[in-house]
Amino acid sequence: MLKIIILIVGVGLIGFILWWFFGKHETTAVQANVEADQQTVAVEVKGGYSPEVVVLKQGVPATLNFTRKDASGCLDRVVFPDWGINQALPQNEAQAIQIDTSEAGEYQWACGMDMFHGKVIVKP
Amino acid sequence: MTTTKRFWFALILSLPMLANMVLMPFGWTLPGGAWLQFVLTTLVMLISARPFWQSAWASFTKHHANMDTLVAIGTMTAYLYSIYALLTQQAVFFESAAFVVVFVLLGQVFEERMRHNASTAIEKLVDLQAKEAEVWRDEQFVALPLADVVIGDLIRVKPGQKIAVDGVITEGTSTVDESMVTGESMPVTKKIGDAVIGSTINKAGTFTFKAEKVGADTVLAQIVDLVKKAQNSHAPIQKLTDQVSNIFVPVVLIIAILTFLVWYLLIGAPLAQALIFAVAVVVIACPCALGLATPTALMVGTGRSAKMGILIKNGEVLEAANDVQTVVFDKTGTITVGQPVVTDIIGDQKTVLTLAAALEQSSEHPLAQAVLAKAKREKIAVPAAHGFQAIVGQGVSGQVKGQQIFVGSERLLVQQKLTMATNLQAQLQQLQDEAKTVVIVANQQEVLGLIAIQDAPKPTSQAALAELKAQGLKTVMLTGDNQRVAAAIAKEVGIDQVIANVLPQDKADQVQQLQETGRVAFVGDGINDAPALTVADVGIAMGSGTDIAIESGGIVLMRNDLRDVGKALTLSKKTFNRIKLNLFWAFIYNVLGIPVAAGLFYAIGLTLSPELAGLAMAFSSLSVVTSSMLLNKTKITAKSTGSL
Repeated sequence: MLKIIILIVGVGLIGFILWWFFGKHETTAVQANVEADQQTVAVEVKGGYSPEVVVLKQGVPATLNFTRKDASGCLDRVVFPDWGINQALPQNEAQAIQIDTSEAGEYQWACGMDMFHGKVIVKP
Repeated sequence: MTTTKRFWFALILSLPMLANMVLMPFGWTLPGGAWLQFVLTTLVMLISARPFWQSAWASFTKHHANMDTLVAIGTMTAYLYSIYALLTQQAVFFESAAFVVVFVLLGQVFEERMRHNASTAIEKLVDLQAKEAEVWRDEQFVALPLADVVIGDLIRVKPGQKIAVDGVITEGTSTVDESMVTGESMPVTKKIGDAVIGSTINKAGTFTFKAEKVGADTVLAQIVDLVKKAQNSHAPIQKLTDQVSNIFVPVVLIIAILTFLVWYLLIGAPLAQALIFAVAVVVIACPCALGLATPTALMVGTGRSAKMGILIKNGEVLEAANDVQTVVFDKTGTITVGQPVVTDIIGDQKTVLTLAAALEQSSEHPLAQAVLAKAKREKIAVPAAHGFQAIVGQGVSGQVKGQQIFVGSERLLVQQKLTMATNLQAQLQQLQDEAKTVVIVANQQEVLGLIAIQDAPKPTSQAALAELKAQGLKTVMLTGDNQRVAAAIAKEVGIDQVIANVLPQDKADQVQQLQETGRVAFVGDGINDAPALTVADVGIAMGSGTDIAIESGGIVLMRNDLRDVGKALTLSKKTFNRIKLNLFWAFIYNVLGIPVAAGLFYAIGLTLSPELAGLAMAFSSLSVVTSSMLLNKTKITAKSTGSL
């Protein structure tokens, strides 16, 4: 009887993992506030990035403020390959990263080990 | 609390348990037994391991999983089961949880340090910049911080000082050490009108220069920008790991659950045994090694090449350079110097050159420039010419020291009814066969001597091509010149194939045709080379080239030394091979480690305890980073050393 319960729990766990990690889950895109010709978005770094998708307006200078709240070394850098940015993120310190919004498009960012991802969408 | 502090805390609290494990066979046990172990491990879990599960939980809520997830679940499982075992008077394995934390943290401490080292090359470049400059303001030189220097400022540089920004010398001469930017080790002589590069070091004299580029426009700033982009770019081979790492952790968790179910339910192992196998699976899996394999090697490889004056723009170029089979060269300015120079003087050297220079000194013709440059190098005092006259299609004539002199092409012979000695005739023929342009110097009766002029190959071209051939590459030369001139140059430097009479706009088409037989690298420097540089699998631009060529190329050779083509290709190959090796090890760690940890080889006595699995995990990422760092130590030498 115990074994059957364990089997059900085990299989249930596998099912849960599949659904939780591989199922479709909404990620919310955050639109930047444009103020006095400057747009800013705060990105919290804690077990990933929130928000994971940032929408910026083309041609308006933009700053993303990354604050790492996570003690894990996994997220201690943020890398934007398109712009050659590789910024160290000291814990609990906001790091401002200037984003080049001159060209519309999608730009990925990732952690130093390329395990966590986020992206900037520059819209005309 | 820093990773290092967390490591030391966990290590010190784990030591009594380690002593217990080692000394148990000798009859010594830890006073307090399992209860002391419980207290120590609880402290380790609460203080050293807490960031793991905080991060794991934060990721979990975002539907992500990472290495911390694995460490947190692995150690938690071992810890919680041990509490249960403690309460039910069974064997505990607290030490497994504590040791895994120690090992994983140890790996992270090292890895953090190594990753930091790998990324500092670029900061060293930035540090090269001068901090201040002596700028002419209000009728005197004042020391100003670099940021206050603007275009047009006059800046004075004393011996031993760094040149602040890019500009042109307006006063004084000196020698300048430009090795930090161009990789060229010999100091370069600079005089009025010469360009100087910011952050290079003034060696000998004091001079003043006018600032032309400041801030982000300077050569150094642009190099730094280029290298930064290269170091953080992606190589196409990485796509594989990107896909694997997305599903890696959840898949490992599923394998661990299956391991437990199989051992406990199917085989009927004791609960503790089955749990240990599952925990080992979770702990040995190392997604970090996979994630680090490519970026660390790219960072070290591109950083090292930058130090050698070879800028590789991104990972894609690096991967393409790996299997290049044909190297195509533009002729003028790439293989050759790019401007005609005097190669031979037949007859009385000094007389011939003096007379020719006297007549050519007012001419703007490129051939005349070559003659004058030669006369200047030979320190010849050029006399004045009178009654200067151009004879259309033939050359020039005039009076030098009371003598009527002709300088020009072969046609002068017939028109002016000149005689020429037979040995001169033979030499004329031979020089022409070598594809050189021959200028005749004569008085009213006979030919006094010959001057041969050619756009000669650079001194290093031959060695560079020999090096490429030694690497097993096919070399091709593309040129707009006629077949005869092209073939003569090709023979001199040792090129396999010549494609002559190519119109500038057709260069790219020729490259495309060559691409049908394999990957092609194109080496060029001019505006007309830009399309070919873009079309080729690897575009290699000479640093002295036009901005558009540098923009189009995937690799830029700052030293303008053709021998760097071989070095660039070798470095790319070595870096790419290192990426493959890293990926191989990272995969092997996981592909072999997981089945062993799952107890698949239990029958032949091969198992992994969670502690050992933790150690293996810590060292897998460490070994990948170390392997990348070793790229700094591999030998990159040209097999043949040319004369320069």
